[in-house]
Amino acid sequence: MLAKTFEEKHVSTRSASNKKSKLSKTIKLLFNSKTGTVGLFLIILVTCLAVFAPWLTPFDPAQVNPLARLQPPMWMEGGSADHILGTDNLGRDIWSRIVFGSRISLIIGIGAVLFSGFIGATLGLLAGFYGGWINAIIMRIADAFLAVPTILLMLVFLAVVGPGLRTLIVVIGITSWVPYARVVRGEVLSIKEREFVKAAQAIGAKKKRIIFKHILPNVLSSFIIISGMNVATTIVLEASLSFLGLGVKAPAVSWGGMLSDGRQYVATSWWVATFPGIAITITVLGVIFLGDWLRDILDPRMKMKNG
Amino acid sequence: MSENHQDGVPILKVSALKKHFPIKKGFLKKKDQFFKAVDGVSFEVKAGETFGVVGESGCGKTTTGLMIAELLEQTSGDIWFDGRDLSRLNEHERRVVRKDLQIIFQDPFSSLNPRMKVFDIVAEPLIVHGMASGKKLKEDVLNLLEEVGLGKQHLDRFPHEFSGGQRQRIGIARALALKPKLIVCDEPVSALDVSVQAQILNLLKTLQKKYNLTYIFIAHGLPTVKHISDRIAVMYMGEIVEIATKDALFDNMKHPYTEALLSAIPVMNPHQKTDRIILEGELPNPANQPSGCKFHTRCPYAQSVCKQNVPKLQNDGEGHYVACHFPLNKNISQALNQEQPARR
Repeated sequence: MLAKTFEEKHVSTRSASNKKSKLSKTIKLLFNSKTGTVGLFLIILVTCLAVFAPWLTPFDPAQVNPLARLQPPMWMEGGSADHILGTDNLGRDIWSRIVFGSRISLIIGIGAVLFSGFIGATLGLLAGFYGGWINAIIMRIADAFLAVPTILLMLVFLAVVGPGLRTLIVVIGITSWVPYARVVRGEVLSIKEREFVKAAQAIGAKKKRIIFKHILPNVLSSFIIISGMNVATTIVLEASLSFLGLGVKAPAVSWGGMLSDGRQYVATSWWVATFPGIAITITVLGVIFLGDWLRDILDPRMKMKNG
Repeated sequence: MSENHQDGVPILKVSALKKHFPIKKGFLKKKDQFFKAVDGVSFEVKAGETFGVVGESGCGKTTTGLMIAELLEQTSGDIWFDGRDLSRLNEHERRVVRKDLQIIFQDPFSSLNPRMKVFDIVAEPLIVHGMASGKKLKEDVLNLLEEVGLGKQHLDRFPHEFSGGQRQRIGIARALALKPKLIVCDEPVSALDVSVQAQILNLLKTLQKKYNLTYIFIAHGLPTVKHISDRIAVMYMGEIVEIATKDALFDNMKHPYTEALLSAIPVMNPHQKTDRIILEGELPNPANQPSGCKFHTRCPYAQSVCKQNVPKLQNDGEGHYVACHFPLNKNISQALNQEQPARR
């Protein structure tokens, strides 16, 4: 049904302005893909939670209530409608904490990926395009980064700088650029040898143009896929760091921190750790689905197939 | 030079052109072995002619083409184009020269950027050199497309929406955009269907007449080269073994390798007997080339001198060059055929 109305719309706007038809084409493509639709839905859901957090939560996420410790979710025996998903060991409302925690997760996930993606893509592009000693130096540094356990490296960084939202983004960014650099370098190496790059050289195009017009657009789809994956792993990474006590500090809430809090009570009060875990899973899934779909529409050949 | 029997001044002069790729061996060893892809190639191309280059895979014809198109740096040797030594140009001058020196690639599927629309592909050379913009750019691109048999309806499409032949036309339009003097055609039809090959070859011919283009036409099969070329060079293992006008080469080939290549062309008539010359042995390892004449390991007429002395590419006085100690002489051999079975 939905797809059909979009199709009709699409047909009617075809003759209209080019931009409009492009937009409706993209929207139509989105709804053609089931995973894309699901992913978008999940991401919109989490984003809405993050944006409208104060209006969606009955309690201050940091408000401690010793009298209401470890209350189960409302549908269980002993639960109350006040605390929909129950409370944690300090009597804080889990629903409110999850909603506010989405802010941290999204900011860190997206921020760190943008940061590490930028570092990685730039270095990978340089290494792949120029080769020679530039390539050797960059890739040896990358190897060195891979050889050191990421978590350990982060612990050192965080211990030196001190935890906090910004440091978390920077530290995750600095420690996780290697996959981007490797993927981008590999892609650049193969694209560089394609004949259309040679043709651009033969035309007399400058390096800058070749990089930005010919190589970068063709690297983009792989870059977006690993970025999507990495938003997911970064959210998980932030959870791990918070779990280790090096994430954001209270009163700020993060899902990883909540997991960590609930660890001791898993046997008796499962809901304390389970709901933040589910929140992480849903967000990560949404990001991955959306990333997959993005890759598809960024490839002009796929556009042809579906549209 | 002694090629005054043909009109035209040389627009391109290649002398002793070499490209040796180092073969890396081991970690500490020095790179002392080389893959001699092109090993001392010299020829001249006159303005307005089509100079065919043939040879089997790996003989260095594409490498030669890439060096001429300034896409690969030569190990040694000179390329003079339009009176200028290309190896002595700085970055800026090289970009200017490139306007006159274009290339059409073999694989139409990898020679077009899959993320650019046809308009952007064909417009790119004009934009890069600041030759047109705005409305004029659009007009110019449309003219170019019409020139190669495409039209307005193709402007906004992506390369994957086209067939191989159409894609090759787009590639030709791009090469044509800068109004070059010389186009290196690197096997432009060998990836295409036979029916489309002829169309593209005819298109190239038409464009040549219209714009007075000079072509270097690289191919691995003689039939396509015969169709389009004025003069043909035959390459074997990085060297030119014979250069002659098309007619001279086909009617009176002098090098045994050319003879073998020509005999490999299928004949349309199934009843006609052909004395196909099957070359014995494999192509020698280019990293470890035979002494003397490189062809002696496979040559049916090889003598002991061929193993020791390298034959020089020599002019027979009529612009027919051959590098062989014992060049064939078809006219004589046919006359002597009955008495002397060995054709020499």
